[in-house]
Amino acid sequence: MIRAIVGKELKSLFVSPLAWFLLALMQVVLTWVFLGRLDAYLHVQPQLQQIANAPGFTEIIVTPVFAMAALILLMIVPLLTMRLLAEERKNRTLILLISSPVSISEIVIGKFLSLILFISGAMIFIVLLSVTLSAGGTLDSGLLISSVLGLFLVACCFVALGLYISSLTMQPVIAALVALGVLLCFWVLDILGSSQDGWIHYFSLLKHFKQFNSGLLDSFSIAYLALFTLFFIILTIRRLEADRLHR
Amino acid sequence: MTDYDASSFTLSAQHLSRAYSGTFVVHDVTLQLGRGEILGLLGPNGAGKSTTMHMLTGNLAPNSGRIEICGIDLLDDPKSAKAHLGYLPEIPPLYMDMTVDEFLVFVAQLHRIDKKIIAQAVESCKKRCGLAERGNQLIGILSKGLQQRVGIAQAVIHEPDVIILDEPTVGLDPNQIREMRQLIRTLAQSCSIILSTHILSEVESLCNRVLIMNKGHIVFNQALVQLQQKGVDLETVFTELTQI
Repeated sequence: MIRAIVGKELKSLFVSPLAWFLLALMQVVLTWVFLGRLDAYLHVQPQLQQIANAPGFTEIIVTPVFAMAALILLMIVPLLTMRLLAEERKNRTLILLISSPVSISEIVIGKFLSLILFISGAMIFIVLLSVTLSAGGTLDSGLLISSVLGLFLVACCFVALGLYISSLTMQPVIAALVALGVLLCFWVLDILGSSQDGWIHYFSLLKHFKQFNSGLLDSFSIAYLALFTLFFIILTIRRLEADRLHR
Repeated sequence: MTDYDASSFTLSAQHLSRAYSGTFVVHDVTLQLGRGEILGLLGPNGAGKSTTMHMLTGNLAPNSGRIEICGIDLLDDPKSAKAHLGYLPEIPPLYMDMTVDEFLVFVAQLHRIDKKIIAQAVESCKKRCGLAERGNQLIGILSKGLQQRVGIAQAVIHEPDVIILDEPTVGLDPNQIREMRQLIRTLAQSCSIILSTHILSEVESLCNRVLIMNKGHIVFNQALVQLQQKGVDLETVFTELTQI
């Protein structure tokens, strides 16, 4: 049952100090960025009033916060996904799940959803942080919604990739390092690709995220991120099935 | 019992084979388990006992052969078949950071036990396995004997028809071994058990039938009563058949 697996994963996530530490870290860094940008905006505000079509405070304050959130997620998701399957293998508890009347798809989807729920919870804090700005002006809710959607989809991609890499090994540390390595490659891809206008840039997850972050709801980006996530979830399911078939 | 009749057996495995990279580790294994029977599975290390048990519980797919649990094909309908199965592997699959209650509730949920009766099922399971006051304790801090009991508890909470135990008394002290054997005897009143062990005295005291495996083949399959009638010692038979 997917719900049982989601419940158990969330419980074990919150029992360990790692999850709390990462949440706190994320909050501290994002709030710091937020306050820094707010400060910068307040300094620049009188000059902005003189420019026509000046960027609103949402763009100046909220957008960098989401950009930083994406980078933070890129770094912490491997630490969260490393346990999901690698640790189960290491502690020999995966056998419990596979011997139960639960399909491998349910196991993988349950683990994926549990981490997505956790990250969504973290994202609520970021949204609340942004919403506090409405006390001082009109928040561009369209931009906010688009950024939230982008961050959510990119988080799904990171989790799916991390989950797949976790399914390949028995050592959680290796899973974390490899996942981090792969995600950093994507980041480098983004940095390199942005200088040229080539096709390789389209592979970068962060490029698609940036579009969401600037308020652009591109259906290609949505499709790419969704398919990326689905691809790695399916690969994970197939990997676990392969263990059963020809270990 | 010359005609194979699936409905009378709780577990029926026919001609199971399993290969790893071309080398067969289990050849043509056929075994059947009747209701209320305790089957002892013996064999030297590397004989293919664990591989066979992994196949019987759906953790490994056989290269060929059929497995039926209470008449349900394990490969065609794994979810329904596994609902009748309880498995305690050699290393008990315990989550060390969960309490006994949390763990058993989780296992009950995995076995789709109705939400309203989960609490009751967990309580009666704990009582059965001697864990009544240990509900709130973390599994990680329990002694080996208690952890082993939690391992058995997870195998029986859904009251399966077949329980497969892989070396359930290894590492236990003599008192715990006695308690575990008593528990197995009690469980056998309501279900069929396959017990894999290296301890011959355990087989002699608990099992109705003995199966000896060597190098992936079944080399001996007889009721213990027959063995006793012939006056042959189990150890002699084992040594004879596995020295090849």
